[in-house]
Amino acid sequence: MRTALLIDIGSTYTKTTLLDIDRARVLNNSQAYTTVETDINIGLKKALKDINGWERAEYKLACSSAAGGLKIIAIGLVPELTAEAARRAALGAGSRVLKTYSYQLTEKDIVEIIELKADIILLAGGTDGGNTEVIIDNAQKIAESSLSQAIIVAGNRVASERIKKIFKRAGKEFYIKENVMPNLEELNIKPTQELIRKIFLDKIIYARGLNRVNEFIDGIIMPTPAAVLKAAEVLADGCEEEEGLGKLMVIDIGGATTDVHSVANGKPEKAGVSWRGLEEPYAKRTVEGDLGMRYSVLSLAETIGEEKVRLELNKKGYNISADKYKEMIKHRRSETEFIPNNEKERVLDNIFGRNASCIAVSRHVGHLKTVYTPLGPSYIQEGKDLTKIKYLIGTGGIIVKNENPAFILEGALYSNQDNSELLAPIGPVILKDSKYLMAAAGLLAELEPKVSIKIMKNYLEKI
Amino acid sequence: MISKKGTVVLGVIGADVHAIGNQILEYALREADFKVINIGVMASQKEFVQAAIETGADAIWVSSLYGHGEMDCRGLRNKCCEAGIGDILIYVGGNLVIGKQNWQETEKLFKNMGFDRVYPPGTLPGVSINDLLEDLKLSKGDKK
Repeated sequence: MRTALLIDIGSTYTKTTLLDIDRARVLNNSQAYTTVETDINIGLKKALKDINGWERAEYKLACSSAAGGLKIIAIGLVPELTAEAARRAALGAGSRVLKTYSYQLTEKDIVEIIELKADIILLAGGTDGGNTEVIIDNAQKIAESSLSQAIIVAGNRVASERIKKIFKRAGKEFYIKENVMPNLEELNIKPTQELIRKIFLDKIIYARGLNRVNEFIDGIIMPTPAAVLKAAEVLADGCEEEEGLGKLMVIDIGGATTDVHSVANGKPEKAGVSWRGLEEPYAKRTVEGDLGMRYSVLSLAETIGEEKVRLELNKKGYNISADKYKEMIKHRRSETEFIPNNEKERVLDNIFGRNASCIAVSRHVGHLKTVYTPLGPSYIQEGKDLTKIKYLIGTGGIIVKNENPAFILEGALYSNQDNSELLAPIGPVILKDSKYLMAAAGLLAELEPKVSIKIMKNYLEKI
Repeated sequence: MISKKGTVVLGVIGADVHAIGNQILEYALREADFKVINIGVMASQKEFVQAAIETGADAIWVSSLYGHGEMDCRGLRNKCCEAGIGDILIYVGGNLVIGKQNWQETEKLFKNMGFDRVYPPGTLPGVSINDLLEDLKLSKGDKK
């Protein structure tokens, strides 16, 4: 029997899964606390203790979001254009974008960038043959600073020779890549994403001490969010021998963030709609740092609004005083391991989860505006039309362990959005990642896409 | 790319959906060896400015066919100034105002709004392309 051991080293838990490759079955899974602060192997060994026969696995691969994940600063020229293109490139590569900068960097910006301690600085700006002044000026300022991280230059091709000289003279570690936006509103982010992954593998894993897991396994091959996006992509598209499911969306609600992944071109579904704005990535990931169940619960509660949460609690038959409500939120923030122990706490978590999916999806999808012209109404779409996606997949602790995950995921649907212009999913089939497999499936997809798809089809549970 | 005579951002401003003239202008500009960034119909002022910044454009060509040109174009020059491209060439053409109005007055109105060239309906693309070549020669000469 050929088996594969797949590991997700998260910031809180290290999750392991042992798969039977030939039968596309899950043999075993386990989890233990991540111990990145002391020695990452302690937690890993603990998780592996329960997995019989893991040593004999043909592949032993891991992804990781431990030690803060992969952190990137994105810099561009116009906020909605090259800065946004750089940000999308970084997000799709599975990183956390600490901050995005536009136009010329100021001294204050440089100080802030130094303080943010990113792993990679992604410098874009100008279409090919377009503005060179700003990207060169920004390169100069970075060169003169004490910043020592890897710098990826993915801006105006015409400026690259100059920038090369500037960084060489300053002794910086830098890489020149194709422009993330070679022509106006045209996106070219794959080359940059491949490079980000290479830097992650070659350097960042070592810098964090994560490479010590190599004593047990073949290695960490990508950041966890990149693995989830990879799983989504392969599941949607299929491979030569295994058909895919078609257009889909994955919502991953975590303690710190809510991630939304969509795999679909997102072009207008209705006739007579014109599309405008920056091109959208086919496999798109957005991350909402203010929407999380524990670490970011304060901002989540604030974004939803106290009145709305208490109204929804009321509907479920819970009348909670303002003080008690505040206490319940604070408790989640201070005890990030907290798991609801009674129905009231569960209901509150579910309301938070439902609203997190609703808001995160409202920020991920595009919108359709009606413009009244002298020639009658015209329709303009900006962003992705995801109204007709076929599947909506939920993952993350709140969904995996929930008895009624549909309540949470349905929050994302068009009918539950406040804004009727949003192009949110209308009637997808809702699936639950009940075995917490998405990241593992993404890892396996790198080597055995067919098996990976089969496993997801076998274990994503219809709800 | 280097052989190109310059870069022009082209679009139809406001809630205007007239696409044909825009396509003719794009074709004519390309034939005359310009790089064209066509942002299409229903383009906002902000989109013209942003496109010009990223592409390092030499000129912005605004079309307006539906009679609301004055309202749609007001403030475009100021936005360019704010965005650091205040000296870019801006041309406008089409049915700029409603009804039959004195052309001199219309031209003056748009020139006061900061447009370098203003064209009445029926102007052939060649006319404005020649003007552009002339203006670019002048502006490049200034820089030297």
